[in-house]
Amino acid sequence: MSENNILARRNEPWREELRKQLKNKERSDRPRAKMPELDAEYRSHSLREEVNTGLTKEQALAEATRCLDCPNPSCMQGCPVSINIPTFIKNIERGEILEAAKVLKETSALPAVCGRVCPQEKQCEAQCIYIKMKKEPVAIGYLERFAADYERESGQISIPELAPANGKKIAVVGSGPAGLSFAVDMAKFGYDVTVFEALHEIGGVLKYGIPEFRLPNAIVDVEIEGLRKMGVKFEKDCIVGKTITHEELREEGYKGIFVASGAGLPNFMNIPGENLINVMSSNEFLTRVNLMDASNPESDTPVYTGRRVAVIGGGNTAMDAVRTAKRIGAERAMIVYRRSEEEMPARLEEVKHAKEEGIEFLTLHNPLQYEGDENGRVSRMLLQEMELGEADASGRRRPVAKEGATSWVDVDAVIVSVGVSPNPLIPSTFTGIDVSKWGTLIVNEETMQSSMSDVYAGGDIVRGGATVILAMGDGRKAAAAMHEALNK
Amino acid sequence: MNKIVDKKYFSENVVWFEVEAPLIAKSRRAGHFVIVRSGEKGERIPLTIASSDVAKGTIEIVVQAVGGSSKKLCELNVGDYITDVVGPLGQATHIENYGTVVCVGGGVGVAPMLPIIEAMKKAGNRVISVLAARNKDLVILEEQVSKYSDEVIIMTNDGSAGHQGVAPDGFEMVANREKVDLCVTIGPAIMMKFVSLTTQKYNVPTMASLNTIMVDGTGMCGACRITVGGKTKFVCVDGPEFDAHQVDFDEMLMRLKAYDNIK
Ligand SMILES: Cc1cc2nc3c(=O)[nH]c(=O)nc-3n(C[C@H](O)[C@H](O)[C@H](O)COP(=O)(O)OP(=O)(O)OC[C@H]3O[C@@H](n4cnc5c(N)ncnc54)[C@H](O)[C@@H]3O)c2cc1C
Ligand SMILES: Cc1cc2nc3c(=O)[nH]c(=O)nc-3n(C[C@H](O)[C@H](O)[C@H](O)COP(=O)(O)OP(=O)(O)OC[C@H]3O[C@@H](n4cnc5c(N)ncnc54)[C@H](O)[C@@H]3O)c2cc1C
Ligand code: SF4
Ligand code: SF4
Ligand code: FES
Repeated sequence: MSENNILARRNEPWREELRKQLKNKERSDRPRAKMPELDAEYRSHSLREEVNTGLTKEQALAEATRCLDCPNPSCMQGCPVSINIPTFIKNIERGEILEAAKVLKETSALPAVCGRVCPQEKQCEAQCIYIKMKKEPVAIGYLERFAADYERESGQISIPELAPANGKKIAVVGSGPAGLSFAVDMAKFGYDVTVFEALHEIGGVLKYGIPEFRLPNAIVDVEIEGLRKMGVKFEKDCIVGKTITHEELREEGYKGIFVASGAGLPNFMNIPGENLINVMSSNEFLTRVNLMDASNPESDTPVYTGRRVAVIGGGNTAMDAVRTAKRIGAERAMIVYRRSEEEMPARLEEVKHAKEEGIEFLTLHNPLQYEGDENGRVSRMLLQEMELGEADASGRRRPVAKEGATSWVDVDAVIVSVGVSPNPLIPSTFTGIDVSKWGTLIVNEETMQSSMSDVYAGGDIVRGGATVILAMGDGRKAAAAMHEALNK
Repeated sequence: MNKIVDKKYFSENVVWFEVEAPLIAKSRRAGHFVIVRSGEKGERIPLTIASSDVAKGTIEIVVQAVGGSSKKLCELNVGDYITDVVGPLGQATHIENYGTVVCVGGGVGVAPMLPIIEAMKKAGNRVISVLAARNKDLVILEEQVSKYSDEVIIMTNDGSAGHQGVAPDGFEMVANREKVDLCVTIGPAIMMKFVSLTTQKYNVPTMASLNTIMVDGTGMCGACRITVGGKTKFVCVDGPEFDAHQVDFDEMLMRLKAYDNIK
């Protein structure tokens, strides 16, 4: 890709100049920026205030000097959408922050979102040269967020250049990150894009899943507003396959369909007592609180605020659920996870924040059953203590039950967060589409095209539960491929 | 936003609405439901599509005011808008010529039963409808039901209309005199439980349309889960109709009380 012409951009005179200003040793001796955050006690009662308040401009400029502007920036290989990391960071260093934001937008549709929710420690920052130097990596995520926020707050959001309208109609199924990033690119190419969303809100997991204390809705809304300005249309309350079928979309002249319907089907463990009252999926709990605003007395939707809440699982969703439970009033909020902390799939920062907020971690524990009171409300859970055995196929050490080591713990709500499966709605209504044994849609990895030639797919419906940035990467790939196919 | 184009009271607490929803009107079939939400702070509640008019682009719903959200909806008038209407959801009823079908509807359950009665009749079945209600004033849709039924049996708790008795008694009256091939039942969970116990005695296959608590209605949350034949099912996507003899009604009755002291 020309925009990723890494060396040419690195050789621009201003960059050479900038590199000379400080010695690498001086750069690398500087400490990594600390993200300013709300006080832990205070924020553990505040549902909507964002925990991380964002780097100050001074902090950002200083952090940007740490980046060595490597000739072979390994960090980029860790980013699923290959953001030109040194180019955006060096723009911050020289104070051209709007320019930095533009660089981000070359490859990422939602930098303000990714800067906040990407598991950087496993992606870009894991590949930063500093790791090899046994130092803390450049805070790429913080800087990304800083540049995107700066642009938004400046009111000078750059609207990408659009190709002249070509009149071809394109349908997108689902308004999560995969669907939104696909829509952005197709709008840039000049297509007439309509996004169909089953829920009454646009944004997918960014709205109904990830809580505002991590990702404020206002930030997602600005991005959606940007899409509207580019001419993208949104149809809420419309379930493709139910309200309107893909055959009908074709009849209405849609030339291509991108399926980004996510992996919204919650898994349960199928253990005794799981259908007791107040045992619920994290999807249900988070949807009630985030989408339906249930903890607000003015909302018609109820949510049960347990005093003692256990969340089963160790992923981002589990962390979000347990911290939400604490915020809406739980005295005791616990994570129950069958492996050790090291294997937890959640972002490091979320685990750290959760601990600071007083979340208890019952690692190496697995629920065996739940018991209820006379009204069928859950009242206690039986936990099995675990230990780590041999590594399994995924390379993680397998948890095995410690014989006889079980104990009862009193709870009045349990939130099950042990993963999601692809929602079967699309696979079952797009007759003839190829589906894997896990229920995900099968696509050509290069083009994201499914077995139906006008249907492309990406995000969690293809990958099972994955990440925001991977979903966005899929959206971009699909847009490029569909555009090419439609112009043959 | 969906406009209300017509409204009627079936009884003090039971309201019939005709609502603009052209896409849903076109794609719905008997047994499908919608999720509606009124107001920006409104709750998402499931309601069966009682009928539709494709040409007019409207659907009909019948709402019984039982709590906050259903009351709020019932207060809307012609010309008002329902904030969100999404559907059609669930699996459509499996319609075929079974022979003799007894449809047992209780209370507001008669409304969602109407499209099933109509479809069963059109598929060539002999249809006997049992309408059960607490008293005469709560019997709804008798006229519409009669149109597609070979016989209508009214049961009231106090005997103020039809026969005195409860829904299962109505079924027994038929089963005691002729062979029944299928029973379909929709109504309060407790009624469906007893209808199911009765039809089991007569060995009559029975379909119950379950009305659990829901949030999204698309299989995303699991709030609507129940146990059928020992397995967990989601009513919104696997149902709402299930083999009544396999349903754990006691668990369902318990789960319906989840928010009773909270709302
Ligand atoms: C609580 C939680 C926290 C998370 N935290 C992180 C994190 O910190 N970092 C990270 O990278 N990832 C995180 N993830 C994962 C990440 O959010 C997902 O991988 C990502 O959102 C997937 O994007 P998507 O576009 O494929 O689908 P989704 O975001 O799931 O969006 C799919 C959309 O499609 C709609 N839809 C479904 N079917 C239809 C249909 N038939 N017609 C119309 N619309 C339909 C759905 O209603 C939904 O809005 C988290 C997930 C959850 C649930
Ligand atoms: C698939 C499906 C189809 C339905 N079709 C219709 C319909 O056509 N017409 C209609 O009037 N109602 C229908 N219902 C029931 C309707 O959704 C509920 O009555 C409504 O959600 C109650 O909300 P509320 O806030 O008014 O009452 P709440 O305050 O939530 O509840 C008041 C009382 O009603 C009980 N209740 C709560 N939810 C339900 C429920 N889902 N079913 C039965 N009792 C409940 C509660 O236990 C409580 O005692 C259907 C439900 C389902 C799942
Ligand atoms: S998008 Fe994510 S992985 Fe890529 S640079 Fe930004 S934070 Fe890192
Ligand atoms: S690897 Fe690290 S130091 Fe090198 S360019 Fe990337 S962020 Fe900068
Ligand atoms: S209502 Fe959410 S899964 Fe059925």
